Amino acid sequence: MTFLYLGHNCATLGEIFELKAELNSDKKEKKKEAVKKVIASMTVGKDVSALFPDVVNCMQTDNLELKKLVYLYLMNYAKSQPDMAIMAVNTFVKDCEDPNPLIRALAVRTMGCIRVDKITEYLCEPLRKCLKDEDPYVRKTAAVCVAKLHDINAQLVEDQGFLDTLKDLISDSNPMVVANAVAALSEIAESHPNSNLLDLNPQTINKLLTALNECTEWGQIFILDCLANYMPRDDRESQSICERVTPRLSHANSAVVLSAVKVLMKFMEMLPKDLDYYGTLLKKLAPPLVTLLSAEAELQYVALRNINLIVQKRPEILKHEMKVFFVKYNDPIYVKLEKLDIMIRLASQANIAQVLAELKEYATEVDVDFVRKAVRAIGRCAIKVEQSAERCVSTLLDLIQTKVNYVVQEAIVVIKDIFRKYPNKYESVIATLCENLDSLDEPEARAAMIWIVGEYAERIDNADELLESFLEGFHDESTQVQLQLLTAIVKLFLKKPTETQELVQQVLSLATQDSDNPDLRDRGYIYWRLLSTDPVAAKEVVLAEKPLISEETDLIEPTLLEELICHIGTLASVYHKPPSAFVEGSRGVQHKRLPARAGSGESAESPDVGHSGPSEAPPAVIPSQGDLLGDLLNLDLAPPTVTVPSVQPSMQMGAMDLLGGGLDSLVCSSRALGGDIGGSPSMGAGLGAAPAAMPASLGSAPTVGGGLGDLFDLGGGVGMPTGSYVAPKTVWLLAMKAKGLEISGTFARRGGIIQMDLSLTNKAMSVMTDFAIQFNRNSFGLAPAGPMQVLTPLSPNQTIDVSLPLSMSGPVMKMEPLNNLQVAVKNNIDVFYFSCQYPLSLLFVEDGKMDRQVFLATWKDIPNDNEAQFQIKDIHLNSGNRNKYVLDRVLQNYSKKTNVFRDCMQKQMYDSTSVDSLVHDSLLLKGSYDAILKIIIWCNRIC
Amino acid sequence: MIHSLFLINNAGDLFLEKHWKSVISRSICDYFFEAREKAVEPDNVPPVIRTPHHYLINIYREKIFFVSVIQTEVPPLFVIEFLHRVAETFQDYFGECSETTIKDNVVIVYELLEEMLDNGFPLATESNILKELIRPPTILRSMVNTITGSSNVGETLPTGQLSNIPWRRAGVKYTNNEAYFDVVEEIDAILDKSGTTVFAEIQGVIDACVKLSGMPDLTLSFMNPRLLDDVSFHPCVRYKRWESERVISFIPPDGNFQLMSYHISAQNLVAIPIYVKQNISFFETGSSGRLDITVGPKQTMGKTVECLVVTVHMPKVVLSANLSATQGTYNYDPVTKILLWDIGKLNPQKLPNLKGSLSLQSGAPKPEENPSLNIDLKIQQFAISGLKVNRLDMYGEKYKPFKGVKYVTKAGKFQVRT
Repeated sequence: MTFLYLGHNCATLGEIFELKAELNSDKKEKKKEAVKKVIASMTVGKDVSALFPDVVNCMQTDNLELKKLVYLYLMNYAKSQPDMAIMAVNTFVKDCEDPNPLIRALAVRTMGCIRVDKITEYLCEPLRKCLKDEDPYVRKTAAVCVAKLHDINAQLVEDQGFLDTLKDLISDSNPMVVANAVAALSEIAESHPNSNLLDLNPQTINKLLTALNECTEWGQIFILDCLANYMPRDDRESQSICERVTPRLSHANSAVVLSAVKVLMKFMEMLPKDLDYYGTLLKKLAPPLVTLLSAEAELQYVALRNINLIVQKRPEILKHEMKVFFVKYNDPIYVKLEKLDIMIRLASQANIAQVLAELKEYATEVDVDFVRKAVRAIGRCAIKVEQSAERCVSTLLDLIQTKVNYVVQEAIVVIKDIFRKYPNKYESVIATLCENLDSLDEPEARAAMIWIVGEYAERIDNADELLESFLEGFHDESTQVQLQLLTAIVKLFLKKPTETQELVQQVLSLATQDSDNPDLRDRGYIYWRLLSTDPVAAKEVVLAEKPLISEETDLIEPTLLEELICHIGTLASVYHKPPSAFVEGSRGVQHKRLPARAGSGESAESPDVGHSGPSEAPPAVIPSQGDLLGDLLNLDLAPPTVTVPSVQPSMQMGAMDLLGGGLDSLVCSSRALGGDIGGSPSMGAGLGAAPAAMPASLGSAPTVGGGLGDLFDLGGGVGMPTGSYVAPKTVWLLAMKAKGLEISGTFARRGGIIQMDLSLTNKAMSVMTDFAIQFNRNSFGLAPAGPMQVLTPLSPNQTIDVSLPLSMSGPVMKMEPLNNLQVAVKNNIDVFYFSCQYPLSLLFVEDGKMDRQVFLATWKDIPNDNEAQFQIKDIHLNSGNRNKYVLDRVLQNYSKKTNVFRDCMQKQMYDSTSVDSLVHDSLLLKGSYDAILKIIIWCNRIC
Repeated sequence: MIHSLFLINNAGDLFLEKHWKSVISRSICDYFFEAREKAVEPDNVPPVIRTPHHYLINIYREKIFFVSVIQTEVPPLFVIEFLHRVAETFQDYFGECSETTIKDNVVIVYELLEEMLDNGFPLATESNILKELIRPPTILRSMVNTITGSSNVGETLPTGQLSNIPWRRAGVKYTNNEAYFDVVEEIDAILDKSGTTVFAEIQGVIDACVKLSGMPDLTLSFMNPRLLDDVSFHPCVRYKRWESERVISFIPPDGNFQLMSYHISAQNLVAIPIYVKQNISFFETGSSGRLDITVGPKQTMGKTVECLVVTVHMPKVVLSANLSATQGTYNYDPVTKILLWDIGKLNPQKLPNLKGSLSLQSGAPKPEENPSLNIDLKIQQFAISGLKVNRLDMYGEKYKPFKGVKYVTKAGKFQVRT
């Protein structure tokens, strides 16, 4: 279907009438002129559809030009006049037998462009003939036509066996035909994730490699992309393919070059590193990549995004080419930013002087985004190349002296990171930083500065004044700054307890009483309780030694990187995102993995195909407040028997004298607060009155009591019935994406059995039957315990509720996010994929009480270097028994299925939000006191 | 594959749309307009734009955005290369690729796009084949067409599409058989304040104009092929012979084409033909500044530097320039803040100098950024890398062709920092 737009016009009746007469004229010349006029009107947007029958009448001609014009007309109007279009079928069928191959090809090509169902039925026979035509030009056109037809009616193509014919064309003698067959098959394969359409074997590979040398540049791209999916049997085959692909690196078309790079990057993985050829290949890869950078800016951009991946995978290829990434004055901004990124990745001791000189130059440019990134890059260099740290710091100080506002702010943010990497080395610059305190107006810079002041409070004489000045506008600050300020003041207090009592109380009350941000509130309570129970412990927790940060933080995760290397040159590689979470229409994507190196233990065949399956995973979703609450309430599986905590306000313990009267009065002001700190039973009673109101109040504006309730022991005295809360059903699969089938659902745990509650709605016109469901591998091995029971066919507009019992005996694979579940649902129409997330609480077993020894053993499984141990004195943990019980269950469950918890602990999470939410979650789990402490210690080390 | 193409002018008017599959509403372009607005400068629009259901891949050429829509995973470079080919074809057909010429020739444009892509798959993108299918418009032909009633649609089979040498049509005949080669080298360089080379490389191309009858098989050899270690060839070049013998062996397309491009980055090989002494400074007070630029020859192997132009991108606060040039003319555009000094021929005996004062917006602080100088130049009959063609041999045909080689060196992205 094609049309041109040049403004809306309507052909007048007079014009139409005139054209009609001319079209029906006996004279050939006149006819031709008339059709031309019609086409001209059409291309400028006039509506000439009224002439359809007259124009179609002109179709039976041996004049090629006239034919072409009529075809153009047909393609444009057939859709709006399907019944009339049938009139053209005969001519098409006849043209497909014309002695002139050009006419045969033109007919089959045009027919495929007419997206009218009735026509496609008639297309099958001519197409079948054309696919076996003696002329390669016709065959190559027919190959593309199969893809067109598949787009209109996939079932028809399969039924008619066109796919097999297409596969046969891969072995065609003509390279163009091979290339088009590959292209058509690749396009069809995208909508058929699991079909083995492009079944490659050494013979077909050989055919493809032969065709590669002779076909057009576009054909070469299709063939190379197809080759990249092949998995060679051994390193020798791999080498021979590489040898035959290498000449493509010198092609003038950059898309050919990049596709060739993809094949080589993938296959060289199999070559032994000590092979001479391996070194040769590495050397050959650099020049074409450099050449791509001298092309037009758009090409450069795509090339740079891909080079970014290549540099992470094999830095040796471009390590000597730093200079080509130097930014030019007139590069577009998107090229500049990418070049900068790669410069840092290539920075090493050998070239750091050059790089720094360049970065300093960039920091004086005009474009603000670019300048910021350049300043940030200087910081990253300092962290990456230790020898350069000093030079970087002095460069940053020079930049701060310029007093350009955004430069200063950016510099302070990166200096904070430098402090983290090299503690006690560059603190002499703090004074300079403090001079610029007033000019900071961006949250990130303010937070960084506050962190520095708090961290080095003992060396800054007026640290309390500085922090106090920030406190004045506490409520106007962003959460990031508030959290940082809270921590910094607590640090300050622990370092200089005598002068700053008032300040710390002020910030604690601001954080806990006046804030409706749960992260802030929770952190406030944790500090408060820590400080009030055991200041020594608090010191150990808050001032614990932090792990050093490394330069690796911005690298792409290795498995993702491997997958992206297999997709060099695609959109996925431009966005650095897995192809699965990607373009619509690629309903399922086979995960690709790099092949194993020969002799690396793993045999070459085993990684052949990565796991495949439904993987239209949406990007990680942070659960909304509502989901979180669902989790929270769902959690409570506690038996109604409650160990009444002993009334023994820990307030009166160690910290009393430290905090003095201020806190005391605060406590008195709120009954609930007292209840919290002391674990008083009145608390439970107070809460028990309104458990149902809790979810509503938690999210928006909780009372102090409410806030505390979520912190400690919500379920304690309440005793909700087991599994009472089930999140409302949400729509998982939209009808428009699933040919009319809409699925909404939720998860529940009833009597120890996990259930998936589904509502299936038929929004299509026809009856649906034969439902079946399957899960992809997931973090906890969830799998349907039995088949989905949909007994009656689902008629249009009907909804059926199904409860599917789940087991945890399925295959395990870690998902991102952890509780992501990918589901495939089948019915008589098609297979549909969607993904959903289940509350983790779903997995908690009722009888999860852990033996003390087992719990300790589990705990010790977490590596020691992620752990800080210390003794907390004078704490009565009676009240924590039940809490501990709950967390024990959590831990047990986790360790049973996966080592998720440990993973979380091991993973160096720098992202403060994930840390906060983890703390939050563990609090919601009503974790035992020492478990929470452990998390706090950990969080403090990385915050 | 490529789904649709929209052409949008600089003012944001969508003036042509073409769909190769089903029709996609032009409202998809709203995402592009959003990005366009965000980018401020047309050059800064990101080439790949993500929308909820599609991806927009665009290039900006001759004040026109070529915006293509794709729906499935397609290599972006493939799309960009194709768009370049579309722009080049328009250029080739109409002499220039502008909104006016496209609108004037809309029927041909439409026919071309139809032939270039079938269902999103490239069909015929070689200019030779296209010209067989659709004849380019000429004044003579349009007159003949009106008289005889014939049209610009070719009646013949595009023979090239069926042969193994798709780039050359059969039965070419000339009375004067000639083959010309232009070796064009561009220097990309960044020089720092002190004149030291921060970075320099040469982008070279060999453009060919071959008008030979029949099926000539040509071999081009160089005096110093070792210079070339990073080359890209036209598909007609036999790569194996280059690998083994370092000669370029090919059956040429008919007419103009780019035979090869190469890239020389080895620092010692890149000669910098001129030096620039400059001093641009702004005073702390008085809202003024001073400018002093002198250009002189450096490594020119005795050749004359011509068409020398110095462009300075001034900071925003510079209102006007009061300068005097010892040679050539200068012009300061207060709107774009670009100072253009057109020097012309460089005379080594009397070095051109531009000197004088700059006046700044009063009260504005001293500019932070340093203006940067861009240099344009040209040296005739000289390839700065030293590359020299040795000989051209022809096989397969009997006549004696007329042969010629021309060299020229130009400045590419040649930048001097201050």
